[in-house]
Amino acid sequence: MSDDAEQIRDVVQDEALDEIPPAFTGEHPIVIRGLRNCFGDQVIHDGLDLEVNRGEIIGVVGGSGTGKSVLMRSIIGLQIPSEGSIEVLGRSITDAQDDDDIDIRSRWGVLFQGGALFSTLTVAENVEVPLKEFYPEITDALRHEIARFKVLLSGLPEEATGKFPSELSGGMRKRAGLARALALDPELLFLDEPTAGLDPIGAAAFDSLTRELQETLGLTVFLITHDLDTLYEICDRVAVLADKKVIAVGTIPELLALDHPWIQEYFNGPRGRGAQGAQDRSKAMDNQRAGKA
Amino acid sequence: MREWAEFTSEAGKDGGVKIALTGPLTVASIGVIDRQLRSIPDKVTTVDLSGIAEIDTVGAWTAWRVARDNGAEIVGADEKATRLIDAVKISEGDAAIREAREPLLRRVPEAVGAGIVTFGQGIRGIVGFLGAIVVALGSLIRHPTRFRTKAFVRQVELVGVSALGIIGLMSFLIGIVIAQQGAVQLEQFGASIYTINLTGRLSMRELGPLMTAIMVAGRSGSAFAAQLGTMKLTEEIDAMRTIGVSPMEALVVPRILAAFFMMLLLGFYASIMAIVGGAFLANFALDIPFFTFLTRIQEVVPISDLWVGLVKAPVFGLIIALAGCYQGMQVEGNAEEVGKRTTQAVVQAIFMVIVLDAFFAVFFTKVGWG
Repeated sequence: MSDDAEQIRDVVQDEALDEIPPAFTGEHPIVIRGLRNCFGDQVIHDGLDLEVNRGEIIGVVGGSGTGKSVLMRSIIGLQIPSEGSIEVLGRSITDAQDDDDIDIRSRWGVLFQGGALFSTLTVAENVEVPLKEFYPEITDALRHEIARFKVLLSGLPEEATGKFPSELSGGMRKRAGLARALALDPELLFLDEPTAGLDPIGAAAFDSLTRELQETLGLTVFLITHDLDTLYEICDRVAVLADKKVIAVGTIPELLALDHPWIQEYFNGPRGRGAQGAQDRSKAMDNQRAGKA
Repeated sequence: MREWAEFTSEAGKDGGVKIALTGPLTVASIGVIDRQLRSIPDKVTTVDLSGIAEIDTVGAWTAWRVARDNGAEIVGADEKATRLIDAVKISEGDAAIREAREPLLRRVPEAVGAGIVTFGQGIRGIVGFLGAIVVALGSLIRHPTRFRTKAFVRQVELVGVSALGIIGLMSFLIGIVIAQQGAVQLEQFGASIYTINLTGRLSMRELGPLMTAIMVAGRSGSAFAAQLGTMKLTEEIDAMRTIGVSPMEALVVPRILAAFFMMLLLGFYASIMAIVGGAFLANFALDIPFFTFLTRIQEVVPISDLWVGLVKAPVFGLIIALAGCYQGMQVEGNAEEVGKRTTQAVVQAIFMVIVLDAFFAVFFTKVGWG
């Protein structure tokens, strides 16, 4: 190798962080055992177990106040559980003493409900924040290019890069939040109610975007939702949160076979049947089109 | 030690080079090769991806960018690499990450002009706001049942009662400082007994109301701006309006009235505490007994000094609350704005209080309350 290349390598090594966590090779990116969360006297989770398979989109459903968001916050280390263990990408979150112990943050991306964009930075700068934080050796030129294609990848027009979050609509803010969540090509993606507050067209587009990204990038997606269409369209498995624990995990037909009143009401209520019917119809249409072609 | 992607180049057709990338081609290992590829002098004709161990969107982008910029072809891409390249190559333009700033020569006059215009609009706005408050007060007088007694009492507690400790302590210490410094100077004329006049008149007329105003501006003026600003951001104020509750009546009027009346009481309280502080010091350092000091105060401080303080303090309170509420209601956009407006509320309030104090000083002397 020439001196020039050697020099570049030294510069880069100087600027870069010393170590990055190795890629995860196990079967279950998220393993939760005996989780207990409580606020004061109020117990949110008690003895909650959940295993997420690699490469799947798992949907988490449950009534309001059953602690879906709290569960996500526990998994990503924002909420310290009272009991139980959580392992994410092979690292224990519950045993971590401080933030530095959770060195796998560069391996996951999180989309918060409102997007949670940094309001004083433009969309592109928002996407660049995690890149700067974890990979300071990347040149400005490449970082800007990455920000641009991530913004496009998340379904925003390219002009959106220079806009501030306050200039965007709610749906666009979610997409910008997704672009930031995807900034580091994470293995694990957390989505908190990604389609809430979007119009049906926007919601359907977000669903297919999630599926597309999951297939292209090989992501594991942990998705909290109330949206039955999302569950039917893109989720490989659904975890049902009730009675302070995960009462069932499985595909929707598997869940429907269970005789739990809440699950039955959830999927067989008027809205549940509507979503089911819609999916059957869209499948029928797809088949028809395939048949014609 | 980190693992970096590398490449080897060999001469290809038409005098170009063929580069073969090796190693993991991901965001974590792109640092070295990206800089090398950007400075490669020869024209690249072929990019060979068959030797890479791993690829993600950043790796795919880098390979594709090199190919695009040189008009090269990509060979040896496996199925995943092809899919990723297809996904990222939608980005072609160079949209701005942030709008470019104007040149300095233009920016400075523009900022000055904008500042002056904003200043003018601010004055207009604050006068308009004062008018709106008067209107709201008027309608409250006609419909007294709409007055928010609970909110008013709550603000009275926050602005007045909970400030008693800090304002008392501050005034007490200031009283000590005046008495001490006054005594040192007056002793040179053998007139240390005049320390009492100095302490009494100064704290009643000036320092009591002024220091209290500064403290209340810092404590409550900022709180008003931040509270109303945050409510504006979270659309609480819009929600109120749609329900038919006037934010002026529900939020602004209780705060203004609380600040008005509490400043009246706090200003007087501060004056008294300063005199007590002066008497305390005189007792120990100047051999003037505590109660002699207080009796002398009655004789040397004219009653007009009390009226001066009692007139000034509530006006200061009004200005502080006005600045705080006005700035809070002006918040729009993001969280940064709340901070900016809060700072402005405090700065404006203190500035206006001091300007007005100067006017008051001249005015009261002219009317014979000097």
